[in-house]
Amino acid sequence: MKGKPLSRRLLIVAGALIYFFLMLPILVVFPISLSSAPYLQFPPPGLSWQWYERYLDDPQWIDATWRSLYIGGATAVLALLLGVPLAFSLVRGRYFGRVLVDRLALAPIIVPTIILSVAVYGVFAKLKLIGAWYGLVLAHTVLALPFVVLVMTAGLRDFDRSLEQAAEGLGASRWRTLSRVTLPLLRPSLVSAGLLAFISSFDEVVVALFLAGANMTLPKKMFDNILMEIDPTIASVSVIQILLVTVVMVLIGRFGRGLRDSAR
Amino acid sequence: MSGRVAWPALPALILLLVFFLFPVVRMLGFSLEGGTLEWYAKALGEGLYLRVMWNTFEIALLVTLVCLLLGYPLGFLIATTTPTWATLGFIFVLLPLWTSVLVRTYAWMVLLGRNGVFNRLLMDAGITSDPIPMLHNFTGVLIGMVHVLLPYMVLPIYGAVRRVDPAVVAAAAGLSASNWRIFWRIYIPLTLNGIFAGCVLVFVLSLGFFITPALLGGGRVIMIAVLIEQQVREALNWPFAAALSAVLLVATFAVYALAQRFTQPEART
Repeated sequence: MKGKPLSRRLLIVAGALIYFFLMLPILVVFPISLSSAPYLQFPPPGLSWQWYERYLDDPQWIDATWRSLYIGGATAVLALLLGVPLAFSLVRGRYFGRVLVDRLALAPIIVPTIILSVAVYGVFAKLKLIGAWYGLVLAHTVLALPFVVLVMTAGLRDFDRSLEQAAEGLGASRWRTLSRVTLPLLRPSLVSAGLLAFISSFDEVVVALFLAGANMTLPKKMFDNILMEIDPTIASVSVIQILLVTVVMVLIGRFGRGLRDSAR
Repeated sequence: MSGRVAWPALPALILLLVFFLFPVVRMLGFSLEGGTLEWYAKALGEGLYLRVMWNTFEIALLVTLVCLLLGYPLGFLIATTTPTWATLGFIFVLLPLWTSVLVRTYAWMVLLGRNGVFNRLLMDAGITSDPIPMLHNFTGVLIGMVHVLLPYMVLPIYGAVRRVDPAVVAAAAGLSASNWRIFWRIYIPLTLNGIFAGCVLVFVLSLGFFITPALLGGGRVIMIAVLIEQQVREALNWPFAAALSAVLLVATFAVYALAQRFTQPEART
């Protein structure tokens, strides 16, 4: 650190303070989740696993967790099945209205989620789809599609098409080229897109608040609990969620296309 | 898979039309029920609701400003440090971004509450005898929203600072310009694009924010998204909720359209 000008040192101090602000919530949630106090107390007087036991022993929390996991999984699968062909057509197609399709595919992250939630709620109430897990999957897929399209179009733009031409030149059929050359080479992008779609659903609250009905997803259950009581069980659920998302992000870093590459 | 392939887009297009475009257009249609603009007049004319609009705008503007003040140093720092520090810096910006908004909101409630961590520290230190209200008010919403949106400011600014040609900086330094001068005369002008992109993103996201004001505002800080939810769930007033949604949507698109106009000449270099 020697020899750095004063302005640089000031910048580093400011940066450290801002990082402290960014990390503060995470730094608070971890100790509270391990607190031995019978109610919310900070700093905790001692350590215990009681809040984790409370979470694991409560069928409502466990149900909500499972529901969020399979809704997230189904959303990721559906978003990939629809989003990957869409990305192919957006990058490689030349047809009338392509720009419009591109705009529409990205619109769900531009339109405020509250509007999408209320609008879909209105339709689902008519169709008696409130509380149906597949209804939530459909709505979450709409929200996840832009992530899949962004990651996949970035991957496809950088794709070396001479490899496909080589395969076709050697007599491979279109489908064989796609399944043996194109998709395997795009695997990092596919992994990132799928995991991002999963997380976007797993973390999603606003749509779930309207569409989940009595069938809680994990974020909806957390929202309701936070509204009613500041029970440290939330802290243990939070830690579990942070760990799960971190694992997913590490997976993306290891097997996926880096987020920085996708952001161009 | 080349040429004029449009059909692979079809399944996704159907999903978007049925579960996105149709519901939104259908709901916006409710706002014109009876063929009058009375619901828009109510949204934009009645004092109570005008206050909500103004509140939303004010909070969005303030959140954007604070995010810029905190985000620029951070983006700048990550962009100009060694690769190892930059990676670490990135992780600690992305980690909060990928922590659920609910988790963070909960943590802020613990920190800012009447008997929260901050108030206890302040009272133990003798700085104040009564708890300072930081939750269920403007301050709480502001802190919570800045925390959620800060990464969206840092990332574009980081990108812009990275694109500044080091040769320009070296030339200025060679001509013995001071660090401050280099910052104000080179970095700021050359990163205006990133600043602008970050501000637009944070501002637009703020306008439609729901969870943070709903939980940290405690019913006392009403932003437009919270009002829409109340109108649908409690008042069951769909036409009014639809008119409010239309206002929010138009504001969102207007900001984006303006932003595109301003950034068009450079067209994302």
